[in-house]
Amino acid sequence: MNIVVCVKQTPDTAATVTVENGKVTWGDAPLVLNPWDEFAVEQSLRIKEAHGGKVTVISLGLEGAREALKQALAMGCDEAILLQDPSFAAADTLVASAALAAALRKLDPLDLALFGRTSVDSDTGVTAAQVARRLGWPSLTLVAAVVAVDPQGRTIEVERMLEEGRQQVRAQLPAVVSVVKEIGEPRYPSFMGIRKASKAEIPTWSAADMGLQAPSPAVTWPALIAPPRVNTHCEMISADSPGEAAAQLVQRLMEEKVL
Amino acid sequence: MMADRIFVYIDHHLGEAVVASWEALYAASTIAASMSSGVTALVVGDGVRSLAEEAIAHGASAAVVRESPSLKDFRPELYADVVSGVLKESRPEVLVLPTTGRTRELGAMVAVDLDTGVTPDAIALEVEESAVVATRPIYAGKLLTKEVSRTRRPQIVMVRSRAFPRPTPDTARKGPVDVAAVTPGASATEVLGYRASDGGVSLTDASVIVSGGRGVSNNGRLTPPPEITDEKQQEIWRAHQGFELIRQMASVLGAAVGASRAAVDAGYIPYSNQVGQTGKVVAPDLYIACGISGAIQHLAGMRTSKTIVAINKDPEAPIFKLARFGIVGDLYEIVPALTEAFRTQLGK
Ligand SMILES: Cc1cc2nc3c(=O)[nH]c(=O)nc-3n(C[C@H](O)[C@H](O)[C@H](O)COP(=O)(O)OP(=O)(O)OC[C@H]3O[C@@H](n4cnc5c(N)ncnc54)[C@H](O)[C@@H]3O)c2cc1C
Ligand SMILES: Nc1ncnc2c1ncn2[C@@H]1O[C@H](COP(=O)(O)O)[C@@H](O)[C@H]1O
Repeated sequence: MNIVVCVKQTPDTAATVTVENGKVTWGDAPLVLNPWDEFAVEQSLRIKEAHGGKVTVISLGLEGAREALKQALAMGCDEAILLQDPSFAAADTLVASAALAAALRKLDPLDLALFGRTSVDSDTGVTAAQVARRLGWPSLTLVAAVVAVDPQGRTIEVERMLEEGRQQVRAQLPAVVSVVKEIGEPRYPSFMGIRKASKAEIPTWSAADMGLQAPSPAVTWPALIAPPRVNTHCEMISADSPGEAAAQLVQRLMEEKVL
Repeated sequence: MMADRIFVYIDHHLGEAVVASWEALYAASTIAASMSSGVTALVVGDGVRSLAEEAIAHGASAAVVRESPSLKDFRPELYADVVSGVLKESRPEVLVLPTTGRTRELGAMVAVDLDTGVTPDAIALEVEESAVVATRPIYAGKLLTKEVSRTRRPQIVMVRSRAFPRPTPDTARKGPVDVAAVTPGASATEVLGYRASDGGVSLTDASVIVSGGRGVSNNGRLTPPPEITDEKQQEIWRAHQGFELIRQMASVLGAAVGASRAAVDAGYIPYSNQVGQTGKVVAPDLYIACGISGAIQHLAGMRTSKTIVAINKDPEAPIFKLARFGIVGDLYEIVPALTEAFRTQLGK
C-alpha cells in the first residue's frame, strides 16, 4: 500500500485565541499537529502494518509546519514533504486542495490519501472532499472504522459516521479517506522514531515543482470578531435542599422563557 | 420560468428531509429581498418529489427536482454531478445548503466543479454590494470570521444547524416544480448498508441537551453488585447509574444526552454522545451540564447554547463562568430533584 497522509499544523486546542490589530493571535501557545490528523496518521500506520508499503506525510504550510511533519515521522511515517509557494499564501480550501491534489498526482501511483476530519483552526472540513474531486477518486469522509482493505482487489470497506447513524460503504482504490476519533487512539512517538525524525531531511515542493498553476483564492475574510463574552454573570441558585434548589431553578427558567 | 438568483439545496437521508434544510430555506429568505429574488429549492434523489412540496410549504417559491434510481443512496460524486449541472444551467448567484456530513462533501465538490468558494457552518448572512457575507465560527468557536466570495459565482454557503429558525410550514403555498430524470454515470462507491444510531434525540437537532461528565461516576454511596470486582468496571457501573439519572431528566425534557470527553474516554458512554472540539458542536436552547468541569475543549462544542445550566459540586469549576444558572451540589441529589421539578412543571 502506497499511502499519503495530509496534515496541518495548528495552534494547540488549549490556547486562548484572540484578535489583535485585526490578526489572529494565540500568544506563546505552541503549534501542534492538528489533533484530527493524528488519527489519520494512526490509521495510515495500521494499514501499513497490516499490508506493508509506505506512508508519506505532506503538509502545506510555513516553515513551522516541519514540526508537524516531524511529529508524524516520529509516530512512524516514512517520508515527509513540505509544500510551500508564494501562491499558497492566503490559501482558502480551493487553493489548498489544488496544491494537495498536485502533490498526490506527483506521488502517484497511490492507493490511499488520508485526512483528518477537520482542521481545528479554520474549521472547514471540506479539504478532503475537494482533493478527491480534483483527482476523481471516491471520497469517504467521517470514517469511524476501516473494515477491510484489499490491495489486490483494489477496494476498501469503511464505516462512516453520519448524523443518522453508521453507513457501510465499499469503494475502489485509490480513495480519499477522512477519519474521526472513533478509529482509535493515536500512538505516541517512539524514542527511535523521535531520533529518526530529528535527523530527517524534509524536501520542499513549490507549485512549479508540482507543475501547478495555483488558482487564486475564492474567499476572503473581511473581518475577524472576538465573540462577545456572553453570560459572564452566573446566577447561583442556593437553597436548603436539592428539591428547593430544583424548584427555584425551574421557576427562573420559566421566568426567562427558557422553558 | 425565470430562474431565481438563490437556490437552496434540500438535504435528506433516504428521502426524509433534515430539519436543517428548512432552516437553510429560512436563512435564504433573509437575503432574498435584498437580492430581489425568490428562492428555488433544489431536490436530488430517488422518489423525492414530495420534498419539493415540503420545501415550498417551508418558504421556497419554486423547486427543481432531479431524480434517478441510482441516486437512492447519497453518494457525493453522483450528487455533485447533478447539482453542478443544474447550477451551470440556471446560473444562480448563491447556493445555500444546510451543514451536514453529506452537504459538507457535496458543497466541497460543487465548489471545485464551479471553481468557487465554499463557506460551511454560517451562523449569520448579510448582503453587501450584491455579495453574501457569511459569519462563521473558527478556532472551535473561540473567534468568528466574516467570509465572502466577491468575484466568483455562485457563492456556496452552508448554514449551521439551529443557527436559523425553522419556518412554520404552510401547505396552502404553491409554486412551480420542475421535475426531470437524470442518468448519473458509474460510481466507484457502493453503499452496503446503514446502522441506525442508538435511538433517542439526535444531539445536533436537539433543542435541549443534558450532558454528563466524569463527575457522573462519583458516588461512593453506590455499591456495585458483588460480581463486579474490577475497580474500573465498578466505576463504569456507577457511571451507568449516574447516566440513568441524566437520561430520565432528558426524557422528561425531550432532550438529547451529551457527554464530556472524559466520560467517553472512561468508557461511560459512546463517542457519538461526545460534545466538544473533538466531538459534536451543538447549540441548543438549553444545555444542562452535570459533573462537567468546563474545559476549553468542551466549551468549544457548546458555548453558543442559548442558556447554560451547570450542576457541579465544586463552586470554582470553570463551567460556572459560562453558565447562566448554576447549582453547587452533588448531581446524584440535584439531578433527580430537577427531574421531578421539570415533570411537575411540564405536567408529565
Ligand atoms: C485535543 C483535545 C481535544 C479535546 N476534545 C474534547 C471534547 O471534544 N470534549 C470534551 O468534553 N473534552 C475534550 N477534551 C478534554 C478536556 O480537556 C477535558 O479533559 C474534559 O472535557 C474533562 O471532562 P469532565 O469535565 O467530564 O471531567 P473533569 O474535568 O474531571 O471534571 C469533572 C467535574 O465533575 C465534578 N464532580 C465530581 N463529582 C461530582 C458529583 N457527584 N456531583 C457534581 N459534580 C461532580 C467535579 O467537580 C469536576 O468539575 C479534549 C482535550 C484535548 C487535549
Ligand atoms: N495546509 C494543509 N496541509 C496539509 N493537509 C491539510 C491542510 N489543510 C487541511 N489539510 C487536511 O485536510 C483536513 C481537513 O481540513 P479542513 O478542510 O481545513 O478542515 C485536515 O485534517 C488535513 O488532513
